[in-house]
Amino acid sequence: MPPSLLLEQLLNGLQFGLMLFLLAAGLTLVFGIMDMINLAHGSLYMVGAYLTATFVGLLGNFWLAVPLAVLGTALIGMLLELTVLRQLYRRDHLSQVLATFALILIINEVVRIIWGSQPLLLSAPEELSGPVEILPGLNYSAYRLTIIGVGLLVAGLLFWLVNRTRVGMWLRAGASNREMAQAMGVPIRPLFTLLFGVGAGLCAIAGAFLGPILAVQIGMGESILILAFVVIVIGGIGSIKGALVGALLVGIVDTAGRAFLPLLLSQVAPPEVAANLGPALASILIYLLMAAVLFFKPQGLFPART
Amino acid sequence: MRWPLLLVLLFLLAFPPIASAMGLEFYQGLLTKIMILALAASSLNLILGYGGMVSFGHAAYFGLGAYTAAILMREGVSSGWVIWAVAVGLSALLALLIGAICLRTRGVYFIMITLAFAQMIYYLVVSFKQYGGEDGLRARRPEFGLFELTDTALYYLSLAVLAGALYLLHRLINARFGRVLQAIRENESRALALGYPVYRFQLLAFVLAGALAGLAGVLMAHYTQYASPNLLAWQQSGHLMMMVILGGVGQFWGGVLGAAALSIVEEVLQDLTIHWQLGVGLILLAVVLFAPRGLAGLWRREP
Amino acid sequence: MTLLETHQLSKRFGGLLAVNGCNLAVKTGEIHALIGPNGAGKTTLLNLITGVLAPNKGQVRFEGQDITHLPAHARVHRGLARTFQITNLFRNYTVRVNLELAVQARRGSSFRFWQPVFKEKALTEEAFRVAERVGLGGRFEVVAGQLSHGEQRALEVALALASRPKLLLLDEPMAGMGPEESARMVELIESLRQEFTILLVEHDMDAVFRLAQRISVLVYGQVIATGTPEEIRANPEVHKAYLGDEGGVA
Repeated sequence: MPPSLLLEQLLNGLQFGLMLFLLAAGLTLVFGIMDMINLAHGSLYMVGAYLTATFVGLLGNFWLAVPLAVLGTALIGMLLELTVLRQLYRRDHLSQVLATFALILIINEVVRIIWGSQPLLLSAPEELSGPVEILPGLNYSAYRLTIIGVGLLVAGLLFWLVNRTRVGMWLRAGASNREMAQAMGVPIRPLFTLLFGVGAGLCAIAGAFLGPILAVQIGMGESILILAFVVIVIGGIGSIKGALVGALLVGIVDTAGRAFLPLLLSQVAPPEVAANLGPALASILIYLLMAAVLFFKPQGLFPART
Repeated sequence: MRWPLLLVLLFLLAFPPIASAMGLEFYQGLLTKIMILALAASSLNLILGYGGMVSFGHAAYFGLGAYTAAILMREGVSSGWVIWAVAVGLSALLALLIGAICLRTRGVYFIMITLAFAQMIYYLVVSFKQYGGEDGLRARRPEFGLFELTDTALYYLSLAVLAGALYLLHRLINARFGRVLQAIRENESRALALGYPVYRFQLLAFVLAGALAGLAGVLMAHYTQYASPNLLAWQQSGHLMMMVILGGVGQFWGGVLGAAALSIVEEVLQDLTIHWQLGVGLILLAVVLFAPRGLAGLWRREP
Repeated sequence: MTLLETHQLSKRFGGLLAVNGCNLAVKTGEIHALIGPNGAGKTTLLNLITGVLAPNKGQVRFEGQDITHLPAHARVHRGLARTFQITNLFRNYTVRVNLELAVQARRGSSFRFWQPVFKEKALTEEAFRVAERVGLGGRFEVVAGQLSHGEQRALEVALALASRPKLLLLDEPMAGMGPEESARMVELIESLRQEFTILLVEHDMDAVFRLAQRISVLVYGQVIATGTPEEIRANPEVHKAYLGDEGGVA
């Protein structure tokens, strides 16, 4: 296969992986620090995309709409923490799964009531709609390239926040040993609320930028949520670094699998088998990856707790 | 417990003729569906409630049962008994494979990896276009030789299977095996230190639950005459968990009560509004936050 | 005769060698005490012997057979039973059910799916005998979580006894006890001397020197001395490494 195609799929994988990272980062911190499963995390991604589409409609400008949507989603996230999620920290995982599953149903229905059942149209900004030539003879979507840039920027900011600031130090302390962090006088409660806000904001960024590529519709948060879970389980729950490695791994494996596996299979198997098996294998590839990682490292690649 | 139970059983046995006399066939169908879901939820309650294994992938076995029935019919197998045997066997086998890997992990990892395996099964099944892909697959009702599988026959069949399965589960839970299973839930390291091979107990329960869920799936395919990808979807797993927690985790009647309550609530809400899922979500949230022991816990306390 | 033997046993946690080439031998019929400062690796060593942890190196031999790779539950059936330093019971179950579970683990297969277990009178009878033996006969139907600390520690020992072990591993049975409760526990262990071989990990030196025929001293994951209480008292190495200059023991 031509190297340009390979490079293109690699970039697609990188782009998808970085967006997955934005979702997984908030999820893994909540998981690691509060030992809390939040299925409703994906719903915030959906809310972010819907808000972006709405603000674009109102303001006519993508770049103004995104920060507003991020802010709005962050506020909703903090509100959820204050009203419902806060009561779940001390409950068992089963209760958390069920309560946040209920939140998914509720948020989906509320979105349906406000915006209706039809998918919303959210298009990439005009100036980025064309391709750019990144290498001689290789064109790549300017918009996707922008996503990669934004993703790297936000990931960099997040690493700076976690590794270089006081809040970040608290977060890391909380992820490795909650009791110790509390004993050291870390203001756990406001920190948790803030963390949910940041996590929701990150979801909104991913939702805003993926919206034009995927569809803005009810349920969009659920399939990607499961991918985000796969990411953090592979990376090791509570580890930001693990989330990044896991996200890139999942993004690239998933994208490359879908692009190349049917092709590869058609060379070794009869066409009717390949036509069936190719997409099937491609869609389960990341789950196989996760099962394999857990088989050899039951705590993920970078366990946060020792 | 004995008298109320007998009364319910008598009512269920007498219901079809009364229903057809009064033109209430719709409710006979609803009861059939509830009994099938009660079987699936009770099988989940065995591992979730009594075994403490929070499996988020129970739809895999439920859906596999339904698809096995549909695919076998499509391929020309028309004997109901054969279909049942193959479906239950395959579900058990799948549970054995998945359980053997998942039970090496604990806590959140267990929840996530069971979910991931169920997703794998979902995508695998959906990618086979000759079996309907995302549209699902029609499943005519098979032949049972002794009787024709009418709606009423299916009602009684579901009742018989549910009653049989519940009796089996009741014996199991109160026998040595069940006691050890619950002891492992209470304190795994202590059970291990007493000399119990924890892994084997958990795996066996996992396989049994998978087999029963597979049987429920077959019945569901008979009921709707259709194998839907929705039966395999992760929301279905969530739905079954919802029933168990609604009815009462680790309470013997939890699965049955939960299946009945949730199905009835859904029916009622669907009549009232198209936004019925909002109501379901709010009720579920309220139950988790304010009545964690579920419906069964409202009038009964276990030691 | 040697009942339990570890040979060059080692366990590493990351950079830390918790147990480092440990050689320990417990003879049939004795009460063998294992002492050492905090963090010497005593509990890790117990976990290696019982199979909760797998060693990085070395061997565990029981009755002359290599059991290094035997799973934990299988070792219990060979005759190794333990108590935990931090009380580890079925807290929501009564003393009766706790002990019945322990008896059931030894008597017959637990892969029985039909016969209700409450009809098995033999389990209850044996469970009651074990309860009486540790002084819990009158507390048989009390939920374990509601017992006093001393009673919980006694139940902890009873759970191990119920498996009728050849070797009883007691991990700090006196932990967190007042003097009166400790005295009762010493009495209990004394009463077990005739029947069981015991490996006793304990910080209470009075108890150790009263009960043990032989003592091994564990420091930095290694046994630096083994001998009778008198030999250990007189051992200068032990004084230097463990007892310090606090003016001897007991």
